[in-house]
This record gives sequence, C-alpha cells and structure tokens, in this order.
Amino acid sequence: MSFVRETYLKETPPPLLRVGALGWLRAHLFSSPGNMLLTLLGLYIVYVTVPPVIEWALLDAVWRGSGRDACLVENAGACWAFVAAKLGQFIYGRYTLEERWRVDLVFLIGVLTIGWLMIGRAPGKRFIGIFAILVYPVLAFVLLTGGAFGLAAVETSLWGGLMLTFVVASTGIAVSLPLGILLALGRRSQMPVVRMLSIFYIEAWRGVPLITVLFMASVMLPLFLPPGTNFDKLLRVLIGVALFSSAYMAEVVRGGLQAIPRGQYEAASALGLGFWRAHLLIIMPQALRLVIPGIVNTFIGLFKDTTLVMIVGLFDFLGSVQVNFSDANWATPQTAASGYAFAALVFWIICFSMSRYSMRIESRLNEGTRRA
Amino acid sequence: MRRLPLLSDPRARAWFFQILAILLVGGFLAVAVSNTVDNLRQLNVASGFGFLQHTAGFGISQTLIDYSETSSYGRVFFVALLNTLLAAGAGIFFATILGFLVGMGRLSSNWLVARLSAVYIEVFRNIPLLLQILFWYTAVLSNLPAPRNSLQAGGLLMNNRGLYFPAPVTGPGFGYVVAAALMALLAVVVLRYVSNRKRIVTGQGLPVFWPGLGLLLGLPLLVFWLAGTPLHFEAPVLRGFNFTGGVRAIPELLALVFALSIYTAAFIAEIVRSGIQAVSWGQTEAATALGLRRIDALRLVIIPQAMRVIIPPLTSQFLNLTKNSSLAAALAYPELASLFAGTVLNQTGQAVEVLAITMAVYLSLSLLTSMVMNFYNSRLALVER
Repeated sequence: MSFVRETYLKETPPPLLRVGALGWLRAHLFSSPGNMLLTLLGLYIVYVTVPPVIEWALLDAVWRGSGRDACLVENAGACWAFVAAKLGQFIYGRYTLEERWRVDLVFLIGVLTIGWLMIGRAPGKRFIGIFAILVYPVLAFVLLTGGAFGLAAVETSLWGGLMLTFVVASTGIAVSLPLGILLALGRRSQMPVVRMLSIFYIEAWRGVPLITVLFMASVMLPLFLPPGTNFDKLLRVLIGVALFSSAYMAEVVRGGLQAIPRGQYEAASALGLGFWRAHLLIIMPQALRLVIPGIVNTFIGLFKDTTLVMIVGLFDFLGSVQVNFSDANWATPQTAASGYAFAALVFWIICFSMSRYSMRIESRLNEGTRRA
Repeated sequence: MRRLPLLSDPRARAWFFQILAILLVGGFLAVAVSNTVDNLRQLNVASGFGFLQHTAGFGISQTLIDYSETSSYGRVFFVALLNTLLAAGAGIFFATILGFLVGMGRLSSNWLVARLSAVYIEVFRNIPLLLQILFWYTAVLSNLPAPRNSLQAGGLLMNNRGLYFPAPVTGPGFGYVVAAALMALLAVVVLRYVSNRKRIVTGQGLPVFWPGLGLLLGLPLLVFWLAGTPLHFEAPVLRGFNFTGGVRAIPELLALVFALSIYTAAFIAEIVRSGIQAVSWGQTEAATALGLRRIDALRLVIIPQAMRVIIPPLTSQFLNLTKNSSLAAALAYPELASLFAGTVLNQTGQAVEVLAITMAVYLSLSLLTSMVMNFYNSRLALVER
C-alpha cells in the first residue's frame, strides 16, 4: 500500500511575528530584552522632547501681532510675530531701505550662478565658472557698496543680517582658496625656507581660536599700517577671516595633493611641463576635484563661524537677531527663544543642505571604488 | 657634462625663490613693526610686559585661585587660564561620554535608537556653536526660577544663579584614605604586570579584573571606615535671597559647558561611528570563530582597532573644543578671550602684548594636546615588522 499525495497542501501564511509591520517591529525594536529597554528609553526621549517642542513652536505659538501684547497672553509659545516683524532687519541689517533691491539682485545672481554650476551636466559651465570667479565678485562689490554708476553709496557700517553673513563667508572662501592652494604647495615644496614658512603659517593660524584672530584683526591690523590710515571695520574682519580660513583650506588642498599618485607628476615632467604648468594642467584639476567635499565642509564651518563677528561688533545674522531683543516694543519672555530658534532653523537649513550636497559629491567621486 | 644656464638651473631657482620669500616676509614684518611702534608712540601706549605687575582693580565672577581687586594683571591671567582649562576640561569630559554613547547608538541594531542618534548628530552639528551657547544662556538658564523656587534633584539645586552642588568637606585622616587609594592603584598596576609576564611565559594569566576592582574599592573604603568616615558633604542652604555653602557653577560656565559638550559630541559621535565601521566585518567573524564571547570580542579585537582610527580625529575635536571655549567672550564667562583679551586689553590698551600672550597660550595648549595624543597614538599604532 502506498499513498501518493496528488494535491498540494494549502499554503499557510508566514508566522505573523516574522513579516509585515509586526515582524519589522520585532526585528528592529524588540529583538531582545536589552533592545526592548533601549526602545523604551528612546520612546521616553521622544516623549519628553517632541510634544513640548511642537506645542511651543506650532500649537501655542503667536503668529500675528504688531507688538509685545500679542505675545504676552497666558501660556504663549513661540513669538513668531516678532520674527515676522523684524524679518527685514534679520536679512538686510540696517541697509538703506530703498537700496535693498541691490542685495536681492546680488543674491539672485549668486544663487543662479551656483545653481548652474552645481547641476551635473549643465552646458556652458566653463563660461559660468569664469563669470563666477572673475565678474561676479566685482559686480557684487559695486552693487553692494555703490558710489558708482549712479548707485547711492551704502556704508559698510549699515550692512548686516543674513547678507553680511553671506558676504563674510563667501569672501572668506573666495580669498582662502587661492591662498590655501599656494600654502599647500609651499608645504610640500622641496625648498626648506618656503616649506618652513608655510608650515609655520598654517600651524600658527590653526592653533589659535578664530575669536582671537578677530580681536587681532580689529585691534592690531590698524596698528600695522602707517599712522593716520583708517580703514573699514568690515574689511579688517574680512582680512582676519580670510587669513584664518586659508590655513584650513591649505590642509584640505594638501590632502588632495597627497592623493595624487607620483606617476602623475612624473608623467607631467616627462611631457616637459614645468612646475607651474604641471600643477595647473595635470595635478590641480585632479586634486581639487578630490577635495570638493572638503572645501564644502570648510565652507560650512566658516559659515557657522561667521557668527563670531558679532563679538567684535558687526551685526551679522545672529547679531541682528540678538540686537532686536532689546526692542522694548517686543520685550516678552519668549522673544529671545523665538529669535534664536528662527536663527537656528535658518542656519540649520543652509548648513544641512550644503553637507548633503558634499556627501553626494563624495559618493559620486567614490563611484569607481564602491563594491556592488 | 654641459652646465645648465643659470635661469633654468633648479638649484639656482630654489635659492632665488627662497631669498625672495625671506625678503618679502622680512620686509612685511619690518614695515609692520615700524608702523606699530610709530602708532603706539602716537597713542601714548606703554609697551613691554610691565603691566602684568600692575593692580587690576576689578572683580571677577569666578576664580579658582585667590583673587581680589588689588591683585595684579598677572594674577588675572592665571585666573583666566584656569577658567579656560576648567571649561575645556569639563567640556571634553562630557562631550566624550555623550559622543561615544551617540556614536554607538548610531550603529545600534535598534531602529529607534539609531534614528534618534542620527537626528541628534544632524541637528546639533549644523547649528553654529555661538548660537547654541547664547540659546542656553539667554533662553534657558536665565528663565529658570529664582533661588527661592529652585529646581531640585538629589543634592543638586538649579536656579537662575547657577547650579549648586554639595561641597565635600574633608576631616582629619582623609589623607590616609587618599594614600590607601593610591596604594591600591599601585597594587593593581603591579598585579597586571605580573599577570602579563606570567601569561607570556605560561600562557595562563592571573585573574586581574575582580581582584583589582576589589582592591581599588575595598582598600580605600576600609581605611575610610577605620579613620572614622572623615568626609561629609555640606549642602547649600537658602539664606535670604541666595544660597550659601556648597559649590556653585555660574550660569555662564553651565551654558558654555552645555553647548560645547552637546556640539562637540555630535562630531565625536561621527568619528566613533566611522571608527567602528572601519574595523572590517571579518575581524568580528574571526573573533567569534576563535570562540570569544561578544564582550571579549569587543574588548580585545574591535575596540583596540577602532581606537586606532578614532584617536587622531578625536584629538583635533578636543583641540577644537578648547579653542571654541573662547566663544565665552560673548557671555562674559571670565576666561582667556573675554577676561584677558577683552577686559585687560581694554583697560591697559596694550593690544600687542595681551594678544600675543593669549595666542601663545592657545597655541601651546594645542601643541601640548597634540603631543600627548601623538604619544598615545604611537603606542596604539600598528607594530609592523
């Protein structure tokens, strides 16, 4: 006697605890007692942080109002009305009201240019790049300072807000990139004097905090110049920031230079290229491509560090937020927290998106070395 | 051999460029110095370091050493230096703990913990440190209740004047306890050494962990009890509008240490994560194949290798934290940048000397830290044949 089964058994569904939402929960949150404890701890942290923040920032927040009374209600959350009322100052500082379009224009052109350069395969990148390096700084300078081509002059003491933050950060990067390249080459040079000078410069700047550099720039730079010369406070800070960040930039570029195999140098020499042409045509294009993420990271750091200029009396974005706390018309217990929260949000959005961008480039550069 | 023309001889060129560099730098320095001397003469500012002996004449909100208004500027310098070191030390301590926790949390198999750690890292490292310091100081700590309604937790008290700890008060005989603790430490070191020697010779070591722990805790406790418990804590007491007794951490210090540790911890967490990920998966598998328990695999195989990757960037984070403690200049926490390069500079007007001293201190702190860390690093580094 034998029995041959002629039909398949009916399929049973997989165990409930292994698949679907429950399975996922079990695998990722409750796989062991220790894990369960961690999950509970995590839930507790979420419980203590998230609801109060949402309540404060959204549910209880005051969105509209023309003065402190709006935000002085009982259990009031964030006073966004304050931020809305002062937004112009946060962005432009005390820049002349009728001339603010110039700032907008500079910003718009800048965004368009950089956006164009950031798109992977946009046409005409070469011309846009030349425009960004050679024309744009001059254009921005003329538009922002004025005093030529029929534009009214706007003193730099009136500059402030987010605009000043961008001016300081982008000038810092624009000046520190060429300086940093020179210093990095100097540090790798065969000539002992040049090498020692570069190392000394780089290590000295990197060893001291930016704030002392800013103190030095605002107090000591005027002393270095012939008696009687008086120069712009913003310019002093810009010089300090540029010198400081060029030391960091030099180290970033050096990292790129070290990643270029010796064969590239030898091949360039074999082709009869001298030092400068070899670097300009062979080494630098490869090295700089490698360090784009590093440069973006330096820029993020510099962008965050520009807040320090408020300590030497310039009103950057954070400075102009802070200075508005003393407005008696908006004196409420929530003013400071709201202002800082807004500033933090703006900084966060800018820095986070830049860091994402640099990560994307990094992964694109690593395309060849990644394993499937 | 044909001689190269002078212009294309690399050695001649090298000489030329180096002499040019020296001339340029030297010339710049000479002009700057002569201008500075002229300017200072015009401004009638004294020069030299004599001012360090002059009386400062102002009070300081937090001093770790004896200080009064009649003390000299030199004394102010040491007060400021110690306050910087205190803030940096506390910051490094908390940032390291928090950073390692978050960094390991980032790699946790627990989805929620990994997400929370990632959010922590992305939020705090993308907000400027100065903003965080000011936020803690202005928006949080100044909004705490007055001393009368202080928040309490254990022996700790917190109000808008700062954080109060119970102060340890030592009685006679406490020295014996310290001596006992030191002896226990020495004994453990000797035990470890002997055990390692024995392991090399026989392949079988001595038990170290539990006896060592017993020695370290037991001996001092025993002596402590024998000496008649010569230590008690003096809790802060509310008198009038304020607390007396206890140790107080001023709000400026709290805000600074909070922000520094939270900010730097985000960076340390990323370093820890990448360090652990840098140890290849095969190492874990090999450790398991050798029959090591999970904890031993971590302790003996993974962590030593991860530390090798973690230490160098960790050092630079410690340095960054130390340098960032100068952001206290925005809060008037009395440390080098705000007290010495701020108040003292404004009072004496001797910008060159004051800034030179300040920068030299930070520079030597940097060099010192990197020296210590390099030494540690070289001990951990791969020993290759």
